[in-house]
Amino acid sequence: MPDFLLEIGLEEVPARMLASAQAELLKRTLGLLAREQLVVGDPIAHSYSTPRRLAVLVRGVLTQQPDITEETTGPAVKIAFKDGVPTPAAEAFARKSGVAVSGLKTISTSKGDYLAAATLKRGRTAAEVLALELPKEIAAIYWAKNMYWRAGKPERFVRPVLWLACLLGDEIVPLTFAGKTAGRATYGHRVLSTGEPFEIVTPHSYLAQLEGEYVLADVEVRRQKIRKALDHVTRAIPNARWREDHALVDAVTHLTEWPDVLLGNFEASYLELPEEVLVTVMRDHQKYFAVEDSNGKLAPHFLTVTNIALDEISTPIIKQGNERVLRARFNDARFFWEFDQRTPLTNRVKLLGNVTFQKDLGSYAQKSERVAVIAQRLATFAIERGCALDEKAISEAALLAKTDLTTDLVKEFTELQGIIGGLYARSQGLPATVADAIYDQYLPASAKDTIPRSPEGAILGTADRIDTIAGMFRLGMEPTGSKDPFALRRAANSIVRILAESSLPILLSDVIDSTTPAQDTEVRLLAFFAERIDFYLREGCDQAYDVVKAAMAAGTDDLRDLVARAEAVTAVRGSEDFLAVSAAFKRMKNILTQAHAKGDVPPSIVDHDLLLDPAEKLLAVTASAAASAIQELQRERNYGEALRVIAALRPSIDDFFDKVMVMSPEDDIRANRLALLNRTLEDLSRIADFSEIVTAG
Amino acid sequence: MPSVVEKKKALTFQELLFTLQRFWAEHGCVLQQPYDLEVGAGTMSPDTFLRVLGPKPISIAYAQPSRRPADGRYGENPNRLFRHTQLQVILKPPPERVQELYLESLVAIGIDLAQHDIKFEEDNWEWPVGGAWGVGWQVMLDGQEITQFTYFQQCGGMDLDPISGEITYGLERIAQFLQDLDSIYDIVWSRDPATGAELTYGQVRLHEEQQFSAYSFDYADVPSLWKHLELYEAECLALLARAKEVLVEESPDPLQVLRFPTLGAYELALKCSHTFNLLDARGAISVTERVGVMARIRNLIVGVAKIYAEQGRLTAAA
Repeated sequence: MPDFLLEIGLEEVPARMLASAQAELLKRTLGLLAREQLVVGDPIAHSYSTPRRLAVLVRGVLTQQPDITEETTGPAVKIAFKDGVPTPAAEAFARKSGVAVSGLKTISTSKGDYLAAATLKRGRTAAEVLALELPKEIAAIYWAKNMYWRAGKPERFVRPVLWLACLLGDEIVPLTFAGKTAGRATYGHRVLSTGEPFEIVTPHSYLAQLEGEYVLADVEVRRQKIRKALDHVTRAIPNARWREDHALVDAVTHLTEWPDVLLGNFEASYLELPEEVLVTVMRDHQKYFAVEDSNGKLAPHFLTVTNIALDEISTPIIKQGNERVLRARFNDARFFWEFDQRTPLTNRVKLLGNVTFQKDLGSYAQKSERVAVIAQRLATFAIERGCALDEKAISEAALLAKTDLTTDLVKEFTELQGIIGGLYARSQGLPATVADAIYDQYLPASAKDTIPRSPEGAILGTADRIDTIAGMFRLGMEPTGSKDPFALRRAANSIVRILAESSLPILLSDVIDSTTPAQDTEVRLLAFFAERIDFYLREGCDQAYDVVKAAMAAGTDDLRDLVARAEAVTAVRGSEDFLAVSAAFKRMKNILTQAHAKGDVPPSIVDHDLLLDPAEKLLAVTASAAASAIQELQRERNYGEALRVIAALRPSIDDFFDKVMVMSPEDDIRANRLALLNRTLEDLSRIADFSEIVTAG
Repeated sequence: MPSVVEKKKALTFQELLFTLQRFWAEHGCVLQQPYDLEVGAGTMSPDTFLRVLGPKPISIAYAQPSRRPADGRYGENPNRLFRHTQLQVILKPPPERVQELYLESLVAIGIDLAQHDIKFEEDNWEWPVGGAWGVGWQVMLDGQEITQFTYFQQCGGMDLDPISGEITYGLERIAQFLQDLDSIYDIVWSRDPATGAELTYGQVRLHEEQQFSAYSFDYADVPSLWKHLELYEAECLALLARAKEVLVEESPDPLQVLRFPTLGAYELALKCSHTFNLLDARGAISVTERVGVMARIRNLIVGVAKIYAEQGRLTAAA
């Protein structure tokens, strides 16, 4: 069976989109081949991509779909024959079926005997099917950003299609897409190859032929070549290594067809600039790899991945060009760094009065003052609860936190706001606690980030965000649906993470109250945070939705406690006793709800003299003993043990439901039994509302 | 130390301009003169912004001095300018293999592609104030961005068909690259063929950078600028309102349709845009105000684009 190859030649495709498009083209091609019965089982298949091409190669494709025999039913026998002679109806059916009348069969149906013919549905050739169907699959590939290029706008694609090559074995499959008809011609590297097209002999020779024209179409081969070259080139510097950066390796792999690595240098004097700035310039602006010494300290070198083979002529030229560009960028950074320092952060506080935060919430100067007050309140709570904190540092950091917005360096490298402020604070001799808090104020910015290093930083970051959130809510500008223009959800996610993952003894209600919200705002804030907490537990802590619901039902104010409770529930939820108890809790809740609907409101106290059945007496005793044990364990946050105590109640609960009819016809007995259930539920639901746990299915 | 190209052979700034203009003229472009009004980029010249609208094919190239008041550095920063020069090429529709054509233009200015690292990296262009965007690349040469390459998709809030290809060369950066210099001001602008005497970019332009930086940052009178902005805006709006009456189907006065000064309205909108940039450089626009003023200017520019397209349709039909 021949191999199949499709190559789509394109103008440079954005690096960030290549991997997923390559995978999608493979999936679509294999799906089509399977659907059209052009492959047997799971064939061996490969996919390739470079900035200028996407390709897929499938081994062992059938050249022809299998023929299918179908039985078609004709006229009834009594119409088809008159006195044993075929009528025109029979002859017409035979003609249509391509057989003589004598070749027709008779079949019996519930309606009588009918003529039938076996007809052969010929399978189409693979070339025919692929030419017809594959263009639809190509057109359906998802791209994050599409464009039109041909007049009349017949199709959208990521970039203009330049050529198509499509082969089944030695034969061309002449499919057409975007005005191009596939042939066997392809192109090599833009510069290293001749620029003239060349012919692919067979799918099998594709990779090797491209390699001969300076294109490594296999992404993994390119990635390995780059990694090896990075290692190799770095070896020229003693005790140095390139700084690992998977995302950057990925980016340069998708930017090259024939990668090579070049080592460049910069003057050591630039190392006086903060490493954060140097690395941002190299990585984000130039796609250069940083080089570090054996202690992890930045060394005055960089590595750039070229899309051309380097030789003794090109190496010094390309090196010189890249070094000049980097020098210019570093010079800019140094110019800003020195210029900004002429006005220390403390003198920039007043400049914040001219920077609007939001038109109804005032300037950044006003925001900073509010944040300082909020941070002060939070610090007071934390200190009262025994947390060691530098209150003065928090106030100072809060007032200076946004001053870096007025610096040229932040205007140039907006992604470094906060970090730059922290660096300036340190360099201007402010206490380390202040500088670090400023530096960390935007942490965590994403799920991958860590939380601030110090409690001062954690408080500053929390205060800044809750000021924004509460301010926006006050103005009625809360997120709705997919609209969250001020990224308030992300801000709230960060607060949730800080409260859950830092050692700060601060409650969610402390954070919300610190902004002294009006009552309706407070209600909306609590609901908003409940959503974010739910999200955090599910996405950040990997908890199942029912566990999240159960744990949140027992309180969301103390987030570290909430996480501990949820984790404890997850740890025991598989045990049989726990599931049985959860089911029993659900039953108790149902009974109480139904009773409530009928007007049966249980008294708050269980009257032990009214407990008649030994089973209910036993439950009253065991549940009450369990409740005090749990209370003690909860104080120690020993939720694992507390849940074991609850699970151990299973025999007495089971026994209760086996022997006792709660809805007794006698009013006082019934009320007392409802009171017992109510008390048991309340006492035992302080860790989680177990009735929320999904027990079946 | 080998140089990018041998120094003697490296083109002067003015030779670079001639060479690129000649190259594109030889490939069928009409050479237009720079637009004689302040613009922030070659894209804002009506030769790009308005001509990409409508069905009429064009091939046009021009150098465009581009003013960005906030980018001025009093001539003290070797890599930043208040006013830089772009060479703008507009191809509607873009020919197939337009990238190869572009690469040939690099060869024409003395760049041996086999000895350099060239990458087309994704860089999509967007000018929200003009309701315009496109997809494309920044062309990187040995780590230096030398060209912005864009396939326009929308302009003035309208879908384009056919689309246009835009190639914007940053002439200072390319000259700095060719001549292997750390400072823009050291670029050799011209060389006297008789004496070999060189004139540098700094000798030609430094005083402009010094004075215009000072004007933009320190002298420009903020209340006057606001007044200018309001006057230009009011006049532009009045023209847009008139356009509604004049640019109608089967007008009794076709000449009036033809002569309606859409281009005049566009210049007023450009004046507003530049005035806004000056106010911005003066630090006179708060973050909040910025959004509002930009919306006002967008209203003008998109409004002009719409009447330009309408006028083109009416006059083509006539």
